[in-house]
Amino acid sequence: MEGKEIIALLLAGGQGSRLGTLTKTIAKPAVLYGGKYRIIDFSLSNCINSGIDTVGVLTQYQPLKLNTHIGIGKPWDLDRINGGVTILSPYLKAENGEWYTGTANAVYQNLHYVDKISPEYVVILSGDHIYKMDYSMMLDFHKKNNADATISVIQVPWEEASRFGLMNTDEAGKIFEFEEKPKNPRSNLASMGVYIFTWKVLREYLERDSNMKTDHDFGKNIIPMMLNEGRSMWAYRFNGYWKDVGTIQAFWESNMDLIKRVPEFNLFDPAWKIYTTNPVKPAHYIGPNGSVKKSIIAEGCMIYGEVKNSVIFPGVYIGEGTVVEDSIIMSNSRVESNCHILQSILSEKVRVGNNVKIGIGEAVINELKPSIYDSGITVVGEEAKVPDHCVIGKNVCIDIGASCEDFCSLEVPSGKSVFKGGVCE
Amino acid sequence: MKSIMGLILSGGRNAKLKELSEIRSVAALPVGGKYRAIDFSLSNMVNSGITNVGILTQYSFRSLMDHLGSGKEWDLDRRYDGLFIFPPYLAGEGSGWYRGTADAMYNNLTFLKRSNEEYVVITTGNCVYKMSFNDALSYHIDKNADITVIYREMNDFSQEDLSLLGIMELDADGRVTDLQEKPLNPKGNIGSMGIYIMKRTLLISLIQESVAHGNYDLVKDILIKNLNTLKIYGYRFDGYWRCLSSIQLYYQCNMEFLNPDICNTLFMDGGKIFTKVKDEPPAKYNEEADVKNSIIADGCIIEGTVINSVLFRGVTVKKGVVIKNSIVMQDTMIEEDVKLEHVIVDKDSVITCGKELKGEANWPVIVGKGTVV
Repeated sequence: MEGKEIIALLLAGGQGSRLGTLTKTIAKPAVLYGGKYRIIDFSLSNCINSGIDTVGVLTQYQPLKLNTHIGIGKPWDLDRINGGVTILSPYLKAENGEWYTGTANAVYQNLHYVDKISPEYVVILSGDHIYKMDYSMMLDFHKKNNADATISVIQVPWEEASRFGLMNTDEAGKIFEFEEKPKNPRSNLASMGVYIFTWKVLREYLERDSNMKTDHDFGKNIIPMMLNEGRSMWAYRFNGYWKDVGTIQAFWESNMDLIKRVPEFNLFDPAWKIYTTNPVKPAHYIGPNGSVKKSIIAEGCMIYGEVKNSVIFPGVYIGEGTVVEDSIIMSNSRVESNCHILQSILSEKVRVGNNVKIGIGEAVINELKPSIYDSGITVVGEEAKVPDHCVIGKNVCIDIGASCEDFCSLEVPSGKSVFKGGVCE
Repeated sequence: MKSIMGLILSGGRNAKLKELSEIRSVAALPVGGKYRAIDFSLSNMVNSGITNVGILTQYSFRSLMDHLGSGKEWDLDRRYDGLFIFPPYLAGEGSGWYRGTADAMYNNLTFLKRSNEEYVVITTGNCVYKMSFNDALSYHIDKNADITVIYREMNDFSQEDLSLLGIMELDADGRVTDLQEKPLNPKGNIGSMGIYIMKRTLLISLIQESVAHGNYDLVKDILIKNLNTLKIYGYRFDGYWRCLSSIQLYYQCNMEFLNPDICNTLFMDGGKIFTKVKDEPPAKYNEEADVKNSIIADGCIIEGTVINSVLFRGVTVKKGVVIKNSIVMQDTMIEEDVKLEHVIVDKDSVITCGKELKGEANWPVIVGKGTVV
């Protein structure tokens, strides 16, 4: 591989533990989003749309689905002879092998990959965000400022600012201070987790960081160290839709953003297409008594019931008399007749019997995992089967692969969980 | 199964398809919301394990070539074998425009000679069906036949539609005793599906012989003339089958996609139907959408009423629109308060505010490609 001015390194190893059962067996970047996509598709499509054709994807947590999805990069036109997509997983070395211990460590362990291409710049991406961004404009900004590092920032509301890593900049955008999740924020410019580094400079810092006892993290270690040593660091302002879908609530809301009449985040833009693997399925069918309002419906669906304010992925069957409202139903799930699904997320290949109600009753926070299931949304894990006549409340978690026999009772009150093997708590 | 290769005769112009085939080869007719007619024959081949496919084409093949590309979508972008497209070419005397199906094959005899599969299956490119060719091949071998013609009892065809087919008669053993191509008064309803299986070497010698005698048509000059000299057998297929050979059949076939049983036999059972992907986002329905008994493809934005209709990819339906019993092809814009009934709107058209178009079930109105009404 030669002649690459810039390559991308996509950090896709995160678990995203606050997505609960949605990320129990897959990495967060592989979670389905928007009726067709996986979260990582946005970063990958941004790369190819920005003219970056060499991408290393660093995986670690539950990578099977992610690896299958990316394959040789065909959907993104990243199946190249010179360049293309490379999956970089942790590996054993002569003396000792180790997992990626932090974001900077993950890149450090793959120095040889970057060295072989020897680009002038690298863009580090996180693969867990929903946004459309032209990295080539950010690179122009980086070059214009003769910067060592450029960090993409977005203005966030002041009251939320303390959840982010914040940049204090001068008027031109030069960063003089970085604060990680401060109690009293002095800036509302939050880091989006998109960094462009001049590779020679970054390489030196990665080497030094590897010999120190740190968290080996870009935000916590590398950026502050560079700033302390007076490196030329710039903040690149991004205006547009950018969402970290790190929690069940945020994930649900961001999906619902798409069904608005004129969504802030437009998937229909022919100049900036989002690519993904296409399911081989016919166009979807709405039955004689079916009804769809304010929703998005993907290919291969059969809708005989009523769908409102929802996002429906490919190959979903909705039976006669069933009402689906404010919900997300992922690929190849099947909801039989006369059900009522309210404010729920059904993962892939879920089977829901007849006359089932999901997401009704009072909002009681989940007893087992109160920090995850607290927004009223019930989540049904992949390949779970819900028996006929079952009534499931709010903030309920149905475990991946739970079978009809695993339900201890046909009534699962709000805040409870059902696990595979018949454990109900 | 490595021992069989495929040939698709993508067919010529068809006056009975009017505007729809003026600009494209009949094999490239859009059907069922996202497919082109040829997807069915081609996917059937792929699903039968065939990896060496030649497509013979003549008229307006640009859209067909564009659709097929390198064969990626059908997994036919192979280092060995794969997809080959044969438009007519000029090379010395007697070459050029194909004078018939046999002539088309004769002009590309090198492809047949260079392939090493034992058998060839020849199909048309404009029919909608789902079948595996492996059972027919087993039958062919069992019967020790020279040629096997796949047929269907066309009970659901009108007398008029039957006269667009080859009508056969069979003896008790299944051997073809008579074959009449497009007869004015069809005897019986045993219709050839235009699918033939034979040994590759036999095909080569039959074509060479026929063209040497100045005869250029596969059915009229090779099959019909050899009914007595070759063992030609019929293999019965019982599933759904439609040939898109007139506007009425085209319209009827698209409307039949609205029957979930037919859709299931075509798309769910026994292999997938592959087509070119467009990377469109899923269809979006706004508050006012009212859609019943319809097929809607990706990339559509719906704010109006759609009943008993087929909408292809990227169609926009504005507020106040009522579309009934119609077919609307790719990237068409239907503006506010338009009423369509029994209409076929071809690609990239715009129906401007408030227009009303109405055809009849047996005589749909056609709006040609790229028209602004």
